[in-house]
Amino acid sequence: MSLSPDAVLAGLKEIVEEVAGIPAASIELGKNFTDDLDVDSLSMVEVVVAAEERFGVKIPDDKVTELATVGDAVNFIVNAAK
Amino acid sequence: MNKRRVVVTGLGATTPLGGDVTSTWAALIAGKSGVRTLAGEWVSSIPVSIGAPIAVEPIEVMDRVETRRLDRSEQFALIASREAWQDAGKPEINKERLGVVIASGIGGVITLLDAFDVLKTKGARLISPHTVPMLMPNGPAANVGLELGAKAGVHTPVSACASGAEAIGYALEMIRNNRADVVLAGGVEAAIHALPMAGFASMKALSTRNDEPEKASRPYDINRDGFVLGEGGGVLVLEEYEHAIARGAKIYAEIAGQGLTSDGYHIAAPDPEGSGVKRAIEIALADAGLTTKDIVHLNAHATSTPAGDVAEASALVGAFGDEISHVTVSATKSMTGHLLGGAGAIEAIFVVLALHHRLAPPTINVDELDPAVKLDVVMNVARPLPAGPIAALNDSFGFGGHNVVLAVKSYEGK
Repeated sequence: MSLSPDAVLAGLKEIVEEVAGIPAASIELGKNFTDDLDVDSLSMVEVVVAAEERFGVKIPDDKVTELATVGDAVNFIVNAAK
Repeated sequence: MNKRRVVVTGLGATTPLGGDVTSTWAALIAGKSGVRTLAGEWVSSIPVSIGAPIAVEPIEVMDRVETRRLDRSEQFALIASREAWQDAGKPEINKERLGVVIASGIGGVITLLDAFDVLKTKGARLISPHTVPMLMPNGPAANVGLELGAKAGVHTPVSACASGAEAIGYALEMIRNNRADVVLAGGVEAAIHALPMAGFASMKALSTRNDEPEKASRPYDINRDGFVLGEGGGVLVLEEYEHAIARGAKIYAEIAGQGLTSDGYHIAAPDPEGSGVKRAIEIALADAGLTTKDIVHLNAHATSTPAGDVAEASALVGAFGDEISHVTVSATKSMTGHLLGGAGAIEAIFVVLALHHRLAPPTINVDELDPAVKLDVVMNVARPLPAGPIAALNDSFGFGGHNVVLAVKSYEGK
């Protein structure tokens, strides 16, 4: 199953808004989860688990640390779903 | 050596009677019951369908994202602490002299049980990373300490239903011993859930007056049949006296002493001789520099259980002798239900306000006073307290045989 980057971004926006209370409109590809969106390490785990459920992909723990920005996460999920 | 004196400069609470101290006190003085029929599918699975949930849900006063990473007990602690801190005037103080002591009897038991349901049905991967910080019993104290940046020490005494009072006593000693100048002290509980209720019901500790919720909590009444589980909590800002004076703080009352003992008798039943309670009262009075002659009011532990209320009443008569005749006794659990680890804290607030406003809260539902209770119970209608310097006690006891008595003095502006 392939996913479009736009669809993944839209889904991530909803997840981050739910978990961290960040308005979806302010979540952009270039935003850093920690520095820009104030998503702490515990909340990041929640985002990852919710994204796995939603997009049907597996995001290994050792990859999570590499997902610094929203764009990194979108790219990883799109590639993982191919 | 002169002890550093400790006064109360701020109050906060969220209870079955109101979302803050003002609304809670107004309902308490008016003799309103916070007990109602519980909602939820699980209620039909247990023999008790009544309880005393808080009057204002946390989601009405907290950010949604904040609530999802805090156990309900932690939410109560933050709500009460924010009110208390605001009431104290949000003093700018050295954070290394600021402490937090907030107790809980059971901790984040709703989080624990809900997470176990997730584990069984969906697997470990879906367990929230917030689970452990939410279920730990020190979570309420820790979250308050974190929010205020308290660095003198954050503590959580656990002694079942005496926990909240023990927290206030611990804070008293922190200030006396010069570890801190200001300490937020109190207790919270959020345990209205099928499992703790089934456990208490199995002990035959809960009232089963399901068809008359507002009549179910009836300490000292001859037809009492157990306690009603409540939830919520209270927090007091305790402050070293000179520190409070120096910043021109409003002072409600003085926490003058505490008495701590243990029964060494039974894990749940009260010692019928009440010697542990009697000793705790004697120790608290001595610690406060008071005698039985000085005490005009007492907020009893009185949970509405058949054995407990009489054991406490007998111990009070034993400790006071003839002096018991001038002690007006209020059993406020008749209105709030039993907040377990939160009980000692909200009842300490009630004692502070009784001295401050010179008004003893009523004990509702005493249709026929148990003849074994030889106390001057403030029945059904609030009663004025005398002018001038007066003092009161707050009794709190817990499963395990823990006895905590706090001695509080009125503040006369000096």
